[in-house]
Amino acid sequence: MAISWAKRACPVLGFGKRGVKLGAIKPPPHKLESLRSRIMPTPLPERLVLSLQQHQGDASIPCVEVGDKVLKFQAIAEANSESSLNLHAPTSGTILSVDQSLVFSDSMTPEACIVLECDGADNALKVSTTRDYRALEHEHLLQRIEEAGVCGMGGAGYPTALKLRHGISKNIDLLLINAAECEPYISCDEALLRERAKEVIQGAEIIQAACLANSCQLVIESNMNEAIDALRSEITGSSVQLKIVAPSYPAGDERQIVFAATGRETPSSGLPIDIGVVVVNAGTAAACLHAVSKGQPCISRVVTLAGSPLRTPKNFDVPIGTPISHLQTLCGMDEQSHQGTLAGGSLMGQPVLNLDLPIKKTSNCVVAMSAQEFPAQEPVLPCIRCGYCADACPAHLLPQQLLVFSKQQAVEALEDHGLFDCIECGACAYVCPSKIPLLQYYRSSKELMLLEAGVTARSSHWQQRFQYFQYRRKRVNQQRAEGKQSASDNSQQVEQEFSRDKAREEIAAAVARVKSKKSKNQAS
Amino acid sequence: MNPFIENPIFLYATGLLVALLLLLGFLRFISLLRTQRTYQHSIVDLINAELPQTQCGHCSYAGCLPYARAIAQGEAINKCAPGGTQTIRRLSWLLNEQREPLDPAHGSLSPATVAVIREEECIGCTKCIQACPVDAISGATKLMHTVIAAECTGCDLCVDPCPVDCIDMIEVQQPPRQWPSPGPNELVPC
Repeated sequence: MAISWAKRACPVLGFGKRGVKLGAIKPPPHKLESLRSRIMPTPLPERLVLSLQQHQGDASIPCVEVGDKVLKFQAIAEANSESSLNLHAPTSGTILSVDQSLVFSDSMTPEACIVLECDGADNALKVSTTRDYRALEHEHLLQRIEEAGVCGMGGAGYPTALKLRHGISKNIDLLLINAAECEPYISCDEALLRERAKEVIQGAEIIQAACLANSCQLVIESNMNEAIDALRSEITGSSVQLKIVAPSYPAGDERQIVFAATGRETPSSGLPIDIGVVVVNAGTAAACLHAVSKGQPCISRVVTLAGSPLRTPKNFDVPIGTPISHLQTLCGMDEQSHQGTLAGGSLMGQPVLNLDLPIKKTSNCVVAMSAQEFPAQEPVLPCIRCGYCADACPAHLLPQQLLVFSKQQAVEALEDHGLFDCIECGACAYVCPSKIPLLQYYRSSKELMLLEAGVTARSSHWQQRFQYFQYRRKRVNQQRAEGKQSASDNSQQVEQEFSRDKAREEIAAAVARVKSKKSKNQAS
Repeated sequence: MNPFIENPIFLYATGLLVALLLLLGFLRFISLLRTQRTYQHSIVDLINAELPQTQCGHCSYAGCLPYARAIAQGEAINKCAPGGTQTIRRLSWLLNEQREPLDPAHGSLSPATVAVIREEECIGCTKCIQACPVDAISGATKLMHTVIAAECTGCDLCVDPCPVDCIDMIEVQQPPRQWPSPGPNELVPC
């Protein structure tokens, strides 16, 4: 295979032929710009748009109607199933619509949204606070987290309570709080740790108690100095340990961070839960603390507004549902140099189709792009098999081989070469000297594979039904044949039974019986 | 004569060796028979697994399994219209054959359909129920019939038997979650 051992001449040190660390890249971080100021509270926009699909899983079901007045913290949509999430009003106001559909990603998937017109009063529903969360049972903690509608805030958006429940059922022993924010431009977790380190640590303790983990580590990159200082001063006396890893991209990926912190390797197409580790984002930990000790549902999050077209890039504490354009206006947008906007960091971010789209529970960063920082796609050249992508791939895949199979749409070969272990980090495309959009190839190939898996499942279902149909038809025919035969047998029997001789005998016997009875009566 | 050959130990040893070889040969023969059979069996199964199992008969065979058997005997792989390019691609990958476009004699590439009965016109003759290969039509004699849309393969075998032509084939609405994201050649400039 094309995995060249010559390139891994120095496996002990883990460096490839270009002197770079294998399985990682080091793009310019661009984080300092947004970390200059403190986390800012967001002035309320006129209306908030709350998607019913804030998370991975089934969409929530609205439990309010148009025209309803709602208070802050009031539930406006309820979990539909186990993998669904509750949604709460981030402020008080009137419901304008419950089924407005908006298209969020370039897969053109419309999502239903609830539109809330803010009244500005910010009247809150009374919530029950808990003084001592340490005294609570783990089931109670999980219930609180579930009711508050907390989902993974690193970007995947998996419902947290469900994740912890899975962890309990798999008997995990370690909880990792992921604060290794490796993607360029994103600084929301770092800002959170600088200013609210105590909240994150208490949240980590709550999650540890909720998922019954023996130990808890908070993993952070070594270049986040201020955050590390803040954590060191708060961490004394808590059960949380600090783990510092080398900064690189994608160090913050689930599998990478588990390997860096514990040395355990997540199996292919497995999850960290399978090797006894639960990974939770730092922002999620803070949200869990709010959910448990303050009784506040998840209604806001820290979002980084970054990019050179913004005059003052900074982190905001944003109510869920705030439009992106509202935040960019607050930062002072330079319209002339603005070339477009990314939701997410510069490597994995998705282009924003419409600046009126709202912030979700999973949005961590919004990057305004300028022509200097994001030059247009250069013309794509053929693959020269340089192998830089294989060096950069953190999942140890063979990106050039996957590219060939993606072009051929060779689904089975893609599966054999582990495309589903691709974490879509984009490191391969970043180092590619031919500027091939590898990530887009892999994404569409993955979709094709899922589609074909669906088709195969459906056809095997139809095959089963067809086989049953054949079996049933055979059985019915058989029964019909048997039925005819037995029916004719019956009729013969009946004829035998009702033969004339027999009838005469029976009649004669009956007459004799009656006569004897009469004679008996006369005698008595 | 060589006294070594006359030695009874040599004779016994040779006899034993020959017997062992015969036994091994017999076992190999049996295993060959068995592999041949399972191989024959499994290639049809493998081909059948790639076919869409609509049992529509557009390929001029009586169903998917007969067509799979015919492919195993050397029939062309481009006759399955419901499977479309995807099935042809997978079959060519499986059988190491040239990828060809769909044979137009056996239908055209069209989006997935599902049968719908116009219920007010249905006379309850049960002819469509008998024709449906996957039991996706429910109803009884002189009572209205209806199609269970989730189970319908869109094979249109029920359309011809209907004496009052009250069955329509309607395109399946793709759920929005299955819309494809843009490929590398159709990237949205942002």
